Amino acid sequence: MATVALRNSALSALGRRVLGGARAFSSEKTSYGNLSDEDRIFTNLYGRHDPFLKGAVKRGDWYRTKDLVLMGRDWIISEMKASGLRGRGGAGFPSGLKWSFMPKEVPDGRPSYLVVNADESEPGTCKDREIMRHDPHKLVEGCLIAGVGMGARAGYIYIRGEYVNERLALEKAVAEAYEAGLIGKNACGTGYDYDLYVHHGAGAYICGEETALIESLEGKTGKPRLKPPFPAGVGLYGCPTTVTNVETVAVAPTILRRGPEWFNSFGRPNNAGTKLFCISGHVNRPCTVEEEMSIPLRELIEKHCGGVVGGWDNLLAIIPGGSSVPLLPKNICDDVLMDFDALREVQSGLGTAAVIVMNKSTDIVEAISRLSYFYKHESCGQCTPCREGAPWLFEMMERMRTGDARLEEIDMLHEVTKQIEGHTICALGDAAAWPVQGLIRHFRPEIESRINQWQDQKQLEFGGTAGFGGYNSPVDGGRA
Amino acid sequence: MESSRALARLWRLTGPTGLTQARAMLLGRPCWSQQQTQQQHNSFSSSSSSVPEESDEEKKMPDHMMSTIVNGKEVWVPKGSSVMQACDAAGVDIPRFCYHPKLSVAGNCRMCLVDLENERGMSPKPVASCAMPLAPGTTILTDTDRVKKAREGVMEFLLLNHPLDCPICDQGGECDLQDQAMHYGSDRGRFVGQKRTVVDKNLGPLVKTVMTRCIHCTRCVRYAKEVAGVEDLGVTGRGGASEIGTYVNKLMESELSGNVIDLCPVGALTSKPYAFTARQWELKPTESVDVSDALGCNIRVDSRGTEVLRILPRNNEEVNEDWISDKARFQYDGLQRQRLNVPMAKGAGSVLKPVKWEEALTAVAEAAEGVSGEDMAAYGGKLADCESLIALKDLANRLGCETVQCEDVGQGVPDADLRSTYLFNPTLSGVDAADVILMVGTNPRVEAPVLNARIRKAQLEGVPIGMLGEDVDLTYPTTHLGGAPPLSAKKNADFSLALDQARRPLVLVGANCDPAVMAEVEELFEKRRETIEDGWNPISVLHQSASTVGALDLGYGAAPKAVPEGKKLVFLLGADEIDVPEGAFVVYIGHHGDKGACRADVVLPAAAFTEKHATYVNTEGRPQHARRAIAPPGEARDDWKILRALSEVMGHALPYDDLRGVRSRLCEVSPTFERIDEAPQKATYLGPKHKKGKVGAKTVLRTTIENFYQTDVISRASLAMAKATQARANQ
Repeated sequence: MATVALRNSALSALGRRVLGGARAFSSEKTSYGNLSDEDRIFTNLYGRHDPFLKGAVKRGDWYRTKDLVLMGRDWIISEMKASGLRGRGGAGFPSGLKWSFMPKEVPDGRPSYLVVNADESEPGTCKDREIMRHDPHKLVEGCLIAGVGMGARAGYIYIRGEYVNERLALEKAVAEAYEAGLIGKNACGTGYDYDLYVHHGAGAYICGEETALIESLEGKTGKPRLKPPFPAGVGLYGCPTTVTNVETVAVAPTILRRGPEWFNSFGRPNNAGTKLFCISGHVNRPCTVEEEMSIPLRELIEKHCGGVVGGWDNLLAIIPGGSSVPLLPKNICDDVLMDFDALREVQSGLGTAAVIVMNKSTDIVEAISRLSYFYKHESCGQCTPCREGAPWLFEMMERMRTGDARLEEIDMLHEVTKQIEGHTICALGDAAAWPVQGLIRHFRPEIESRINQWQDQKQLEFGGTAGFGGYNSPVDGGRA
Repeated sequence: MESSRALARLWRLTGPTGLTQARAMLLGRPCWSQQQTQQQHNSFSSSSSSVPEESDEEKKMPDHMMSTIVNGKEVWVPKGSSVMQACDAAGVDIPRFCYHPKLSVAGNCRMCLVDLENERGMSPKPVASCAMPLAPGTTILTDTDRVKKAREGVMEFLLLNHPLDCPICDQGGECDLQDQAMHYGSDRGRFVGQKRTVVDKNLGPLVKTVMTRCIHCTRCVRYAKEVAGVEDLGVTGRGGASEIGTYVNKLMESELSGNVIDLCPVGALTSKPYAFTARQWELKPTESVDVSDALGCNIRVDSRGTEVLRILPRNNEEVNEDWISDKARFQYDGLQRQRLNVPMAKGAGSVLKPVKWEEALTAVAEAAEGVSGEDMAAYGGKLADCESLIALKDLANRLGCETVQCEDVGQGVPDADLRSTYLFNPTLSGVDAADVILMVGTNPRVEAPVLNARIRKAQLEGVPIGMLGEDVDLTYPTTHLGGAPPLSAKKNADFSLALDQARRPLVLVGANCDPAVMAEVEELFEKRRETIEDGWNPISVLHQSASTVGALDLGYGAAPKAVPEGKKLVFLLGADEIDVPEGAFVVYIGHHGDKGACRADVVLPAAAFTEKHATYVNTEGRPQHARRAIAPPGEARDDWKILRALSEVMGHALPYDDLRGVRSRLCEVSPTFERIDEAPQKATYLGPKHKKGKVGAKTVLRTTIENFYQTDVISRASLAMAKATQARANQ
């Protein structure tokens, strides 16, 4: 972070070229990763420095924010679009495009709102908390910039109920920013009024879904709304609203200062930028780290986490993007790149980039069954497929875990996940279905062998055909 | 031939609403319960949709319409329609559970999934048609494999935790889930675990719950919140542990609670009094009207043999929409109790004894011997139908008696010759168009709960509601303006301003307001006449009894609290709330052994509203026909026939001897009766008709109904209503 060039004048083009020059030919780039320290956005990720205003200003936050704001809404949106930033909350929707959906003018005079989704509840994910407790001013400044980009009158940060320290840090940062005149009336001396509120949830996973979050923010039960209407038209309190992830907002000021080309130079085309990865599970040093997009998964783990416990060959599977994406077996993990498109190609997803590593000591069926329990527990119960399907999945997964099932039931389990997927109001139904689909796709022999083993054992014990689940087969009396 | 007869039969049974069903049956297409077909019909009034005929394809599409293609068939629908409405217009059946045209869209059952296609291709996943607005250039596909699979999947999930207790479920045979499971369900389940069980909730003596059957469509929750206006029902818990309940184990405190029974697509909410009584296919449905209040709610009387087993609402957008009050729905067990089923006359020791019809009629004739017309009086009761009222009046007049009055006619009716002075002039559906509503001395929550729901709807749309009289909870906020007129503009500036600017104000006047109050109300509008829209008459008199408007139309006056001294022969046509002094010979014609029959010298047993073909005129002046569902008990006969027989015995035979004859006599007296089911044409406000008087300074106007559940002889005899009264008192 030697030079921070602000590009709001003729100088900007020069600054851009100077900073982005080394990476100007990103289309030809073939290797990713190894992010240098000066290219890191989050320079206090580990809390080694002062997280609050003084330290933040030292790190370059709030530097000529006024000029960024005065560049105006259209400039911010076009720069964000050019940066290629895709939403960091999981779905990966292009951020600039999303922000541009906000209406320019509302004829009936309704205000617009920015809502920041800090309800980081996806199991395995711990990136936003690092931002909020160690670099809260990145988020606060981002809220102002994003708010200006959307024409929002106020921003709401909906923070997960369990994040107590994070909330305290964030509230302190917001208070500091108000005190320093950076937000509030005439924010940064720009004449733009912008209020920021921190609201904390009560700890429901579903409140991380954008419309459920809005409901919860309004004081109602956190149950997702039907779309359309989309929040950009009718959102919080019936006003145009955009819900974005903490990381997406927090990187915005740095992107504007250093230029979209700089940001776009990282990662493969369409997967631009740097990204916080949180690696947990069977690695020697679990950590949250900022790296370049499209970094090979293996490099990410070996470079930053000290490798898999017991060595790479001891790896069983990895869930690359938080609990809701399908897992990847070792052979795919060997050479897969960590970005939206590459993971999609292998029928998984980048999600929140929460990498959950499982080595061969893991009971993979039990692990996925535990995730099914999580989704059963967190289903809001509003719509049928998820309310009824998630408990059913868990019930079947528990039987798969012990082998108390029939071989045909594996196909049935897969069919049930397909019956849930895509038929629900929100994506929680999909999230419940995908881990199970991934398990069946890659670990079917494991499930089969358990079933066979169980059947053999029962045959020994009872000397006859075994039923399953306490019942005999409705069709043919179980496996002959 | 066969099919056209079937069509005709269905038409007869179900009216125009049944036609969709009939057509679907003939074409062998799946068709849901009647309730649903009706919903489809409601959600799409026939005038608003049209399908272009092949021949006039060049016909220009009106600006407010848009076209779409459903399964290859083009339809025109109004702009802003949902995908489901377009499918309904095309006659394509969409299965559904949570959607109801009168409630907000929840989109949570996921049964109505369809595929959409536009120039960018097929939708990435099936969409819920109830919640999806139809976009231009969209094609709807409901018969793709994906849609079929999605629906089958949702159905399997719904049945997962639904107990297979159809044989002991009261909804069996008219259950949406059962019907749709026939089309989308598998013949065997794949779920082998434990089904969920849920503790039943106590919603009071009227609604029975079996919550294990609940499929969480939330229709009841939305109904309670949006229509009934009570926040008593809600969803607690999360995921598979979600339950519908009353949060704190209390009753559903609404006069409209019974409607959740009709709304519930499964057997989770059923009728407690009707529990385990009959199957739907054993019942004979009869279209009729309700007499428990003056609205004339359209009902269907379901009977088996000689018993009415239940009463359900019929849709009539102009009167009761889809709802009826709990009294209308549950008072039918009163039709079995306290009935007068043999003629009786006072014998030795002044005790009523059963006699033959001849003896009873002769006893009346003998008592009338030598009594001059001036010493006679005839009084109509709360539940009297127009046929018997005209027969009584004709007979009385022939006997020279001019004292022909009806109980429960308000004192405030100045001029029975001018219909607009005693009608609900803007009509009930006019409430939807009103821009300010002022209530004077009335409590629609107990006098006409269905109307109250309509006013609530207006309130939710932002119409200011003012109240003069007792400050009662009407389930929606009102501006209380004082106990009685005059309306002080100083105290209520906002409301006065709204009233000043109103183009279509509506003043709901309680029927018992005295003329001075009515004059004050008219005074209010005298100043504001300029602003009122042409053809709009703000005066809306809310009567309390089914007979009132009919009686006024036929020339009855308002009956006093007690019969004047000196009357020697008194006819009581179901009039129970009028005191008769000693010395008068009382002839009681009615169906329940209540106060009137106790005082009578001769009792002539008559038919209740479910046992006769009769005409009732509701508070807006709309004559409607009640039809005979069952025969009157024992020797009871139609009221007008009794009067006709009596007239012959008394030597003044009435000139009609069949129903057609009586009805043409009705038309002779008032042309109203020629236009059955039609509300009168809107009358322009003609200015004050009441004499000014003094309203007591300390007067607080209030309704005369003490207990909503027990207001007439039928509801007083009903066990269900007694239990409801008790439950409400203990709450």
